[in-house]
Amino acid sequence: MNFLDQNILTLVTFAPLAGALLLVLLPRRDRDIRIFSFVVSLLAFGLALHLPVHFHRDYPLHLQANQSPFQFEFNKQWISTPNIHYHMGIDGLSMWLVVLTTFLTPLCVLISWKPVHDRVKEFFILLLIMETALIGVFTSLDLFLFYFFWEATLIPMALLIGVFGHERKVYAAVKFFMYTMIASVFMLAAILWLYAHTGTFDFVEIRDLIAKGDVSNFPAASLWLFLGFFIAFAVKVPLFPFHTWLPDAHVEAPTAGSVLLAGVLLKMGTYGMLRFNLGLFPEQSRHNAPWIVTLALIGIIYGALVAMVQPNMKKLIAYSSVSHLGFVVLGIFSFTQSGINGAVFVMLAHGISTGGLFMLAGILHERRHTYEISEFGGLASPMPVYATSYLIVLLASVGLPLLNGFVGEFLVLNGAFQARPIYGILGATGVIWSACYLLWMFQRVFYGKVTHAVNNSLSDMLGFEKAAVWPCAVAALVMGVAPILWLGAIDPAVQATLNSLPQMVSKVVGQ
Amino acid sequence: MMAIEQIPGIPQNLDYIRILPELVLSIFGIIVMVVDPLVDEEKSQKTLGIIGFVGALAALASTWYMAHQPWGLAFSNTIRVDGFSIFFNYLIIAIAAVVILSSFEYMAVQKIRAGEYYALILFSAVGMSLMASAVELVLIFIGIEISSISTYILAGFRRNEAASSESSLKYFLLGSFATAFFLYGVALMFGATGSTNIDTIGQKLQSGEVGPLVFTAMALMFVGLGFKVAVAPFHVWTPDVYEGAPAPVVGFMSTAPKAAAFAVLLRVVFAINAPGRFWFLWVAAALSMTLGNVGALVQTNVKRLLAYSSIAHAGYCLVAFAMTSQETTSTGISAAMFYTASYAAMNVGAFAVVSHLANAGERYVSLEDYEGLGRTSPLLAATLTVFLLSLIGIPMTGGFFAKFYVFSAALKANLIWLTIIGVLNSAIGAYYYLRIIVVMYMREARKEVPVSPVSFGLGLALVISIVATLYLGILPNSVLQVAQHSAQELIPAAPAHAGVAQNPRPAGDLRP
Repeated sequence: MNFLDQNILTLVTFAPLAGALLLVLLPRRDRDIRIFSFVVSLLAFGLALHLPVHFHRDYPLHLQANQSPFQFEFNKQWISTPNIHYHMGIDGLSMWLVVLTTFLTPLCVLISWKPVHDRVKEFFILLLIMETALIGVFTSLDLFLFYFFWEATLIPMALLIGVFGHERKVYAAVKFFMYTMIASVFMLAAILWLYAHTGTFDFVEIRDLIAKGDVSNFPAASLWLFLGFFIAFAVKVPLFPFHTWLPDAHVEAPTAGSVLLAGVLLKMGTYGMLRFNLGLFPEQSRHNAPWIVTLALIGIIYGALVAMVQPNMKKLIAYSSVSHLGFVVLGIFSFTQSGINGAVFVMLAHGISTGGLFMLAGILHERRHTYEISEFGGLASPMPVYATSYLIVLLASVGLPLLNGFVGEFLVLNGAFQARPIYGILGATGVIWSACYLLWMFQRVFYGKVTHAVNNSLSDMLGFEKAAVWPCAVAALVMGVAPILWLGAIDPAVQATLNSLPQMVSKVVGQ
Repeated sequence: MMAIEQIPGIPQNLDYIRILPELVLSIFGIIVMVVDPLVDEEKSQKTLGIIGFVGALAALASTWYMAHQPWGLAFSNTIRVDGFSIFFNYLIIAIAAVVILSSFEYMAVQKIRAGEYYALILFSAVGMSLMASAVELVLIFIGIEISSISTYILAGFRRNEAASSESSLKYFLLGSFATAFFLYGVALMFGATGSTNIDTIGQKLQSGEVGPLVFTAMALMFVGLGFKVAVAPFHVWTPDVYEGAPAPVVGFMSTAPKAAAFAVLLRVVFAINAPGRFWFLWVAAALSMTLGNVGALVQTNVKRLLAYSSIAHAGYCLVAFAMTSQETTSTGISAAMFYTASYAAMNVGAFAVVSHLANAGERYVSLEDYEGLGRTSPLLAATLTVFLLSLIGIPMTGGFFAKFYVFSAALKANLIWLTIIGVLNSAIGAYYYLRIIVVMYMREARKEVPVSPVSFGLGLALVISIVATLYLGILPNSVLQVAQHSAQELIPAAPAHAGVAQNPRPAGDLRP
């Protein structure tokens, strides 16, 4: 392995942090700060592109014994007692999430170009620290390191909401912090238990030890350990009924905060379920699947119904996230190749389409300082470019064929149907609901006559706004047309995960 | 190396080396007292402070020197220099040094005549390092008294404030009561075992049967020490005393005497292998975590809030004491040692910021005075934020690893419920620390709170504490290894090996 392959993950992860530290030293000239942050985040994206380019797609299926299924690995001892390693590595499950994070951050910088004018320096420092923490979550293979980054996402996000948010920002920030902090404490307890009984934090080692049955007391404790991890992830996703922090956090967060929150932060939860719940506790995952799937289905339908009656555009998108993330959980716990492939794909697709929707909502808020749907109407005539961009991103979210939402949801529903037809049937109603609430919202905001005179004079999208939103629209289209570019890397990793599960129902269906 | 026959009662050179830090501290304390009337009042502040600081540095150097001399017993087996006592010596004296640094500005702003202030801090440190190195219950008692009497006076140093006098008096009355408990325990222990030497007691208890007298003695000693470390149910004095005492002094007395008392507790618990301690420690730990955190939730005075938080932290630390089996004790001891060190770093720092913001007469210590601090003085707010995050136990800070080691030690010893209580408590704790951060960053200032620029001494104190906090959070290894080493040394002294009956430690036990 050459130098770059070995250190690329470290570089990608810590490039934004290095940028943030340099930013501290920069004088408070807002323009320079914005440009600098943009360059840094773009650099991180460029570095992250190294990953898919040099990724061996069929790697995990041709493994020798004792060969790690992860790529771009770097493993070095960090602390000797406890035995903590700086162990980074990715596979098909995590690689695209890293790319997604680095893809969205420069767009976040662009979309915050004008709206953020107070404490600009602090804002971008937090944004870049946030990016490092998010990437770290997906790249770390040491449970301790994972927890470390997991918690590290909390503070910048809470501050982004609490300092730069809207009216009820403090309430939302504290609620967000307490919810996720308390939940992750259970995960910490489970991690500590695993360490106490295995003497290591290394994900791969622990997984092998559990698989071999070498962990004392494991059968008795495994349910609690499973739940410890699961609660932390379920709150983050958020799975019904742990979702109540999400609408508040989204509505109060600044646009960039919402984008990262919906685009990446929620995926930490589903990624965690996939990597840790399925990876470490396959038996418990199977045992608990029925009620988890039930919660996911409730989330899909409930989230959609609640979204439908929201008078507030941002809240509507927030509840649509609850619904979409329900698909991801449904796919994961269907235990089918197709379902999990779809789940990973929905994570990416949702990140891009919902990220885009939040940016678009932010653009409107910047002009009118409100998210109330009733304040708008007939916007298509004063803002035609905006309306078209909105429609593309919105249709991606609805799941129109040829756009990215469709591929993921189709795969998930296919997998769910294989697992149990009723799952597929109930889940499929979610697709219908999402068309209802999103299109209805679009109709109320853009069609008809202009109902408020003030809306006549709204300016169309500005250059930096186009630069932020259009990449999302393009990505949605490309992902919809050529999903194989993404699934090629995801599929083998999913298969490797499924191979570790006992008594698989269907291993190859959905191919 | 130690061929010289030890004649009981006649101190050798080495004996003096083994209390060198205490001697140096006392000498400098006396110098401060002597110089005090010689310099005029205007300058006394700086001069005396610098003498005190130099004294602390000299004591650190002499600790270093002592550590590089042969370790062992001194003064008729009443003092023992080992890794354990050296660790606590370093810690206590370092705290004293940082507190002296952060006091310069405070004393000037409060217009308190320095006088014996710096001397008292040094004397108090003498008592504490004696506590850390004593292996003789009577000497421990003397150490407690030396340190306590100095802190009683320090607590009342804002002479013109009623609150400060109240604080001092309360601390004095309850404190002397608690020390009396301890002394009574020592007396009963002597009655039961015929000795006041920790090693001898340990051997006696190991070989003979343990009667009710021993349990009573143990319980009484726990009461005394429990008061000193402020664990529930002996914590009631803490909020009032901390609220009234001068802020830098609170920073001092919430860390250094606690560290010393924890050192004593560690020796008593593990070297004596105290019988019947498990449930006592379990309950005390669970109670103080819960009462401390719940109490802190409703506080609006930052000093009171931190007082309750210190009760909670004493509880976390006590979790590490509830180890019973031979394998887990060393993990527990090292976890407790690490905890005291990192708690000291973050709490001294937090109180340094609080004392700076308090301003003349400590007018600005309520939560609403911190509103908008993130905008008015971003650097100070960021510094306090680091300390608060560490108190919450966020990764990258010392507070995280401190909790981490304690809870993983507890899990190793299968104390599942205690761990659950602790972990839930740290989640509750997050709320009130977070409240300070929220107030600083997310609210706008509603009234004018003057914040003076940070002076050099305070700045240095803050830098030292912040570096220590982050260092313990990123590279905890070196400190933990030292703690583990000394933990290992502490256990063999326990009567597990009854073979070394008469001479428990060879005198020339060199550093590895």
